[in-house]
Amino acid sequence: MTAMHSVAIEAHSVTASLSHVPVLQGVDLMLGAGRWTSVVGPNGAGKSTLLKVLAGLLQHSGTVSLLGRHLCTWTARHRAQTLAWLGQGEGAGDDLLVHDVAMLGRLPHQAWLGAPSGADFAAVEQALRATQAWDWRHRALGQLSGGERQRVLLARALAVQAEVLLMDEPLANLDPPHQADWLAVVRALVAQGKTVVSVLHEISMALQADDLVVMANGRIAHQGPSKEPATRLALEAVFEHRIRIAALGDEWVALPRPTYPTV
Amino acid sequence: MLPSSRPAFTLALGLLGLSLALGMLGVAGGSTGLEPLSTLWHAPVAQQIVADIRLPRVLGAWAAGALLGLAGAVAQGLFRNPLADPYLLGSASGANLGVALALVVFGGSPLASAWLARLGLTGAAFVGAIAGVLLTLSLARGVQHTLRLLLAGVIVGVVLGAAKDMLTLAAPESLQAMQAFALGTTGFVGWSACLLMLTVWLLCMAVAWGLSRLLDALVLGEATAQSLGLPLAPLRLGLVLVLALATGCAVAQTGLIAFVGLAAPHLVRTVVKTLHGPLLLLSSLAGAVLLLGADVLARLLLAPQELPVGVLTAVLGGGYLLWLMHRRVRLGAAS
Repeated sequence: MTAMHSVAIEAHSVTASLSHVPVLQGVDLMLGAGRWTSVVGPNGAGKSTLLKVLAGLLQHSGTVSLLGRHLCTWTARHRAQTLAWLGQGEGAGDDLLVHDVAMLGRLPHQAWLGAPSGADFAAVEQALRATQAWDWRHRALGQLSGGERQRVLLARALAVQAEVLLMDEPLANLDPPHQADWLAVVRALVAQGKTVVSVLHEISMALQADDLVVMANGRIAHQGPSKEPATRLALEAVFEHRIRIAALGDEWVALPRPTYPTV
Repeated sequence: MLPSSRPAFTLALGLLGLSLALGMLGVAGGSTGLEPLSTLWHAPVAQQIVADIRLPRVLGAWAAGALLGLAGAVAQGLFRNPLADPYLLGSASGANLGVALALVVFGGSPLASAWLARLGLTGAAFVGAIAGVLLTLSLARGVQHTLRLLLAGVIVGVVLGAAKDMLTLAAPESLQAMQAFALGTTGFVGWSACLLMLTVWLLCMAVAWGLSRLLDALVLGEATAQSLGLPLAPLRLGLVLVLALATGCAVAQTGLIAFVGLAAPHLVRTVVKTLHGPLLLLSSLAGAVLLLGADVLARLLLAPQELPVGVLTAVLGGGYLLWLMHRRVRLGAAS
């Protein structure tokens, strides 16, 4: 499906509010299909709200299109098969087994009350293995650490096997080796032609993405390939030049630029 | 087969076996203590007592417990709150007020065995239960804040309880019967009440099982459930109706029986970790076993005197709730 579209998600003049407070103000956006885009910006910039709007989970004005069709014309089930969403701090679920949690990702593919098919079991196993969570499949979610739980929730989102995957802070609680594993998973998805959009606070990780969306105060400050100098300049600007983006080999990393109070 | 299916199946068989054993104890237990079933089989008078009193009472206690256990599991899943319970959410006191209101307006007795009377009382309890839950939810401004939800439930319970007492005082002829009813008892359950509860249980169980996918998805949060393509509003409404009907039906036949709905799902979850479909059925069976067990205990503990079963479940369940809260505080402090 993605081969037919060069744009996975498109937003025009999107505005959205949380508890009557405007959070997004006239956002225009085009996210390339088969690419990994990271959304970055300071706290309160509206990143998570934008992701929710793009996933069709929040009331908004303006238009959002998924694979060339207005989001509101998709049936809920078809949209759920095509677009998977991993939220920030998903609920407790302590009493569910890891395998059952990952199987929830197959709900959009199953008939109502239908038993899971062989394809469902295969997708769940593949997802749990991809996040190295397969060995705990018989354990309850409540018995896992924060990082282990995050890997199971990522497996839940991967098990949907959607064309487009939206992830809000997927690296929360992950240690550096597992952040590297997450990177490998994302690269593998993109290599399969899937679209990944992630909200990240780890700027150095975000700089590994194909494209960056830089946000500030509910607006898009800049959008472009992360390798472009203009993107890096925009990034430093929205953080009020309190970060410095420097080359490390052939990669870019963000370093804090401390400011010292004058006494 | 899902990894969680096998232990769930084993527990279901265990609970059914326990139900059967407790049922036989309930049939054998009378005001003079336990009598051998073989003796009962050969004495015509004893047969009459078993057929008209003990058997419907045993089945009624089982069905009321099953309804309350199911309501508890639905409430805890729907409100994503492990302390949600039909009694604490105000639905039970709403149902009780509905029964009292129906009695004052239409007359009759809460112990009436005529079908029309039973259906009327159940309908009134159903409406009262819905009103009680909605009132609690609106006072608590949603379900996210556990303490606010519990406080709102307590307030609604006290206020609706007081309104019921005022109504009962206005109709002194039903005072005594209503008093026994308010303590929670299975002593007046006849065949009509028993069959009504079993029918409603089957209906509620089928609907709740059908909607259990929503409860599973809600575990991961509302937005995730929505992202999985589930229509939240109609499914949630269906589950609130199941909660109100199950609570209302149990309260209309047996009065206020506390804590069965709270304890049953917790007890099940300590034994098996499973999805909501099996959890609803297992909680229902556990509720049935709890109430039937408490009923047998209430009859045999001080025989020939009899304790109202609601008093017994309140004492045992209150202790369990305290222990649960203490454990949560301890776990919270440890983590």
